[in-house]
Amino acid sequence: MDGFFATYAWPAIVIIGQSLLLLVSLLIFIAYILYADRKVWAAVQMRRGPNVVGPWGLLQSFADLLKFVLKEPVIPAGANKGVFLLAPLVSVTLALAAWAVIPVNENWAVASINVGILYVFAISSLEVYGVIMGGWASNSKYPFLGALRSAAQMVSYEVSIGFVIVTVLLCVGSLSLTDIVLAQRDGLGTMLGLPNSFLDWHWLALFPMFIIFFISALAETNRPPFDLPEAESELVAGFMVEYGSTPYMMFMLGEYAAIVLMCALTTILFLGGWLPPVDFWLINWIPGIFWFVLKCALVFFMFAMVKAFVPRYRYDQLMRLGWKVFLPLSLAMVVITAFVLKLTGWA
Amino acid sequence: MTPLPVHFAGVKVGKTKGTAMGLQAVFFYLFAFVAVASAFMVIAARNPVHSVLFLILTFFNAAGLFLLTGAEFLAIILLVVYVGAVAVLFLFVVMMLDVDFAQLRSGFLEYAPVGALVGLILAGELIIVLGGATFSPEIAASGAQAIPALSDRSNTGALGDVLYTDYIYFFQIAGLILLVAMIGAIVLTLRHRENIKRQDISRQVARTPATSVDVVKVKPGQGI
Repeated sequence: MDGFFATYAWPAIVIIGQSLLLLVSLLIFIAYILYADRKVWAAVQMRRGPNVVGPWGLLQSFADLLKFVLKEPVIPAGANKGVFLLAPLVSVTLALAAWAVIPVNENWAVASINVGILYVFAISSLEVYGVIMGGWASNSKYPFLGALRSAAQMVSYEVSIGFVIVTVLLCVGSLSLTDIVLAQRDGLGTMLGLPNSFLDWHWLALFPMFIIFFISALAETNRPPFDLPEAESELVAGFMVEYGSTPYMMFMLGEYAAIVLMCALTTILFLGGWLPPVDFWLINWIPGIFWFVLKCALVFFMFAMVKAFVPRYRYDQLMRLGWKVFLPLSLAMVVITAFVLKLTGWA
Repeated sequence: MTPLPVHFAGVKVGKTKGTAMGLQAVFFYLFAFVAVASAFMVIAARNPVHSVLFLILTFFNAAGLFLLTGAEFLAIILLVVYVGAVAVLFLFVVMMLDVDFAQLRSGFLEYAPVGALVGLILAGELIIVLGGATFSPEIAASGAQAIPALSDRSNTGALGDVLYTDYIYFFQIAGLILLVAMIGAIVLTLRHRENIKRQDISRQVARTPATSVDVVKVKPGQGI
């Protein structure tokens, strides 16, 4: 019995505790990301945005949550009931499951597996199922069109995301997310003789890939200007038309969890994860998680600004950008990076 | 079986052999049972979309089985390739097709013997390939390369060695064949239709006011 406790029960309790801590802080972060999204959007359009619930509207997301949960869920008569209810669950579960491997600080991951980046890539490529299942099960025209669009869109942009990840992996030589961050300690900046700083991170050395990854991340998470699966001006709300109350909230939650995941992935791949921006004793003293959250928030700010600035793409232009621009570019960069690393022996 | 190379919060979970085996057996039977049951549901489900969803469940459980044997790279690649891309296309096609279920079922008994025969042949071949070493142990020694221990070579690296170093020419030839197949498919389906307005981005970008705008002085009351 003693052995059972030591081998199974205690690690299980520790892991469940870590997961709960991560989930609760993630959900609170998402609540304020939603608020920030609306505030940024409002500020660009010279509106006030949410400002009624709580001081400066800070409790708006929680009021929304209460409202969604207390509404009556309506399931359309022709819908495929099981799949209809499964779709939002799939969407939110997958988006949260990917967080199991994200290291928010050195050795601060619930499960630091040695194929971490592949795991995140796999999970984010599965997120399309929530959308397809929801669109199909609603048994209605607009959701179905939205589902078809998103199936094609998300599969297309995964390709370029995959190649971007491959370039980063070439520079790092490991599939572990922790190794990817640690590899950014030294880089372009230290090669020029500067001390460790933000110039070492991959964003500078792989700048074109950083841009491609950012834009592909927008498309992969159905953010404007690529929000064609739910384009409200043509498809009403796309795959979510028939959803209301808690299922709808879960779709929203899944979407924003996926967005925050992409922000975290951008941070880890290109912005040095939890590494401080400059090597200075006062700054090194600040815990790494602060830098991680700050960088995530910064990337999300860019997401929000793009939403406010850029008009929605036409569908054929979206496909053109994915297949004819990003795919050749990222493929070429994989080859170029591999050659440079091999010839110079930097890797 | 080798234990999972998984670290939880930086601590490598090294189990004592006896208890770890027990848990592994539980998970093996769980994954295997769900995989077989959902594989059965793929052919038994009435709705083709449900069939594809059960197929995805089967893939997940197969990935779980891979994880149990310590092949984490294969497990994740199975998810990325089959669930993330192939099954999405299946679902895409099945959703778009207007399938008549009654007609689909009508020929079932006619094709059942052929299906059973194919299944039997496959099962026989699998038993010969996988079980052959049990009957004559020298088979296992003849072909296979020594598998490096997980501790000194991650299985991502080991796969890379085999694919890109030992058998690079076979790998390249396989890639070439796939490329030819892809080009063939494109050539077969490509149609140049006349009288269709297409957007030429480079032409649009290259336009300048000098070539596209003509400023005309119009005298009042005359028009152009």
